[in-house]
Amino acid sequence: MKIRSWLAGLAMAGVAAGAMPAVAAEFDGVTVNILTQTGPAISGPMQARAPEFEKLSGAKINVITVPFSDIYQKLLTDWSTGTNSIDAAVFAPQWMVDYAGSGFLEDLTPRMEGDQALEQDDIAPFFREFSQKYAGKTYMMTFDGDFHMIFYRTDILEELGKQPPKTWEDYLDIAAAAHGKDMNGDGQPDFGSCIGKKRNAQGYWFLTSVAGGYIQAKGTSEGAFFNTEDMTPLIDNAGFRKALEVYKKTSEYGPPDELNLDVADTRVMFVAGRCALSMDWGDIGSMSVDPSMSKVTGKVGATILPGSKEVIDRATGEFVACDADTCPHAIDGPNHAPFAAFGGWGGGINANADPKVKDAAYAFFSYLSQPAQSNQDVTKGETGFNPYRMSQLEDVATWEKMGMGKENAESYLGAIKTSLNSPNMILDLRIPQNQRYQQVVLDTAVARYLAGELDVDATVEAVVEGWNEINEELGVDEQLEAYKATIGAE
Amino acid sequence: MAVTSAAHVTAAPPERESLSDWLDRQAGRLFILPAVILILGFSIFPLIASAYLALSRFKLAPGGYTLTFIGWFNFKKMLTGSQQFHLLGTFGAITLLGWVIMLATVALVVWGVVRYVRSGRVTVVGSIGRLITIATALALSVLFAVNLGEGGQLGTIATTMFYVAGGVAVQFALGLGLALLCAKPIRGRSFFRVLFFVPLMVTPVGIAYTFRMLADTAVGPFAPLWHWLGYAQTSWSADAWTARFVVLIGDSWQWIPFIFIVLLAAIESQPRDEVEAAQLDGASGWQIFRDITWPSIAPVAATVVLIRAIEAFKIIDLPNVLTNGGPGIATESLTLHAFIEWRALNLGGSAAVAYILLFLSTIACVSFFNFVVKPMREARA
Repeated sequence: MKIRSWLAGLAMAGVAAGAMPAVAAEFDGVTVNILTQTGPAISGPMQARAPEFEKLSGAKINVITVPFSDIYQKLLTDWSTGTNSIDAAVFAPQWMVDYAGSGFLEDLTPRMEGDQALEQDDIAPFFREFSQKYAGKTYMMTFDGDFHMIFYRTDILEELGKQPPKTWEDYLDIAAAAHGKDMNGDGQPDFGSCIGKKRNAQGYWFLTSVAGGYIQAKGTSEGAFFNTEDMTPLIDNAGFRKALEVYKKTSEYGPPDELNLDVADTRVMFVAGRCALSMDWGDIGSMSVDPSMSKVTGKVGATILPGSKEVIDRATGEFVACDADTCPHAIDGPNHAPFAAFGGWGGGINANADPKVKDAAYAFFSYLSQPAQSNQDVTKGETGFNPYRMSQLEDVATWEKMGMGKENAESYLGAIKTSLNSPNMILDLRIPQNQRYQQVVLDTAVARYLAGELDVDATVEAVVEGWNEINEELGVDEQLEAYKATIGAE
Repeated sequence: MAVTSAAHVTAAPPERESLSDWLDRQAGRLFILPAVILILGFSIFPLIASAYLALSRFKLAPGGYTLTFIGWFNFKKMLTGSQQFHLLGTFGAITLLGWVIMLATVALVVWGVVRYVRSGRVTVVGSIGRLITIATALALSVLFAVNLGEGGQLGTIATTMFYVAGGVAVQFALGLGLALLCAKPIRGRSFFRVLFFVPLMVTPVGIAYTFRMLADTAVGPFAPLWHWLGYAQTSWSADAWTARFVVLIGDSWQWIPFIFIVLLAAIESQPRDEVEAAQLDGASGWQIFRDITWPSIAPVAATVVLIRAIEAFKIIDLPNVLTNGGPGIATESLTLHAFIEWRALNLGGSAAVAYILLFLSTIACVSFFNFVVKPMREARA
């Protein structure tokens, strides 16, 4: 197969050497249209790598960008109507179920198995075995490791005599103690906690991160969204109610316009030294060492999402104390359930694209993911790519060189490793039309709750009613089957 | 004699029509055909297709998608089901303000009906049209009354009506004021005309992002003033009404120039001799405006309000960029509501919202045209 020999050649040449005229002719005259989100994050590194890839391979990479919220529909419209103007895309693995299930995505399994340069074994098992796959086949190639964790200011915690939060009570305690202190020396009071709670943004993911430790305790296959027996939403219980209360409580220590801030805003605030704590994907880590934007270089620690010392009993929906039976994966007492929110950006190829274009698209994706490129990209804050290879998680020296400091680098990479290795990781919802469950029903109810339009009970009722309604519309049995398949439940 | 002539003509053998004659005769139809095809293809067909979509459930299937006919389910869900809060809002106990709104609407309806009956021009079509208008006006007044009641919340219909009524009123008042100022022989008049017109030249999304930056109370240009006033710990985006007003201000900033430029043209084309004569007779500025300027520009003013109202019903850029519809659903318009449903692949629900918007805006705008624009034009004629 030509593509395999090309990739093998690319690997042997160390990729960046670029002196392979015979092989480079392989994709001369081929143009690949790749859709992703508006930059600089994600599309930025693709646009930066495209010219060097063109020099190597001859393929012209045309990166088409649209706002994040439009990607899902743009792809569906293009692929389901047979327009097929988009040859490949870099998108959320959550959407794979809709695309792959409908036959729009190319099965990348044989290509990736034969791709030595990709060094697949180096990709963290969570992304390799779950994030990239649907129904046992690989449809996406990971470029970014995504799950939530907590970032904290090491200097502020030291000043307050506090340890990094292990439970949500700890989180609130630190936020309360730090709130109002001047943390960046500008003479203005700063904030104890900054979480992006804007509607139609990432708020519903953050709420799930708070709820996770209360709801899921017995491993990934237990599920945190629906009961795997009958698809009942795991919402009407003490854990979700508690999560709503904690989530709202964090706003008391946040910026006054927190309800209108998304994650891009809170990141900037954190690295500007305005927040003691923040919940985020890994981006704050790389942004904190960027001298052009960071005032907190060397002052940032990271830890796994806080947990809980009590979890819900699935039969009653009430809390029970953690012990060896109820919380088998507890770490030093609390039950932690790191949430693989979003799951990390990855590339998928249109199954109906021209074969030559598909080969070129795959070659570009492979090039982006190969260690020579990705090891650089994940250390730059503006790329939006976070570590996802095991070698990247061991490479403390690179982060030290970037100015993070050994202790902080170990804390950052350690938080990622602890989360990635957790057998109690919550997998993001990947059933058909998951957008409606999360971005419409859950997001709207949470936004209304935070705005004071609904109380806790009414919020629970709104989510349960909305989710049950979608289940009925799309078929409870079909949705249950899909849900169980994605989390590996029996 | 006419009959004889007619018989003579009838008896004459038919002449064979030449191609050019036929083309001459059909020219009107042929010229209009491309426009008809375009309208059918790009307007009527999508309207019919989206009507079917509003009555269907969209689902992805291997190789494409399926559309299942589900009747009125999508509408029922929004009008009486789980999404009622979203479209119609949350109903609260009616307060004094609610009663005032409803009584004012009833009074307006009664006044209109009495005038219509006394006009002596009662027709079947006119009566049906008025019944539709009255039913819509009463329904909207009840909706506002319960939404503004204790424990009530505005849904996307009421929020959209707020943007339409409030926004157009503010824009008209300020646009007219600026137009009257710029019609005066003041220094720098041309500069101000261009300056006031600039926001209209920028794309709506550009306006929305610029306004978002201006309205940022943490790092925006007005942040120091905001902090100086002691509001550092207060944000407009956390409160439903302040957020709605900020959206309305942003929308006004964009659209005042449109009203300004049209009204300025209307004011400058009013008969100068009448104004000068009134000035010579010692009429005050207000008297000149009331008795000469306003009657002269009223038809144009009514038309510009109508055009602006049609556009205001479709507002999406500002609430989407400024607040994403938040806090809660406080600033979400009907178009944004439809967009959010569409984005999540609920195409049927999205089409149903779009149809409700279509009915509402059509009834409101046709009513405004019939009961305001037309009488003004007739009065002027």
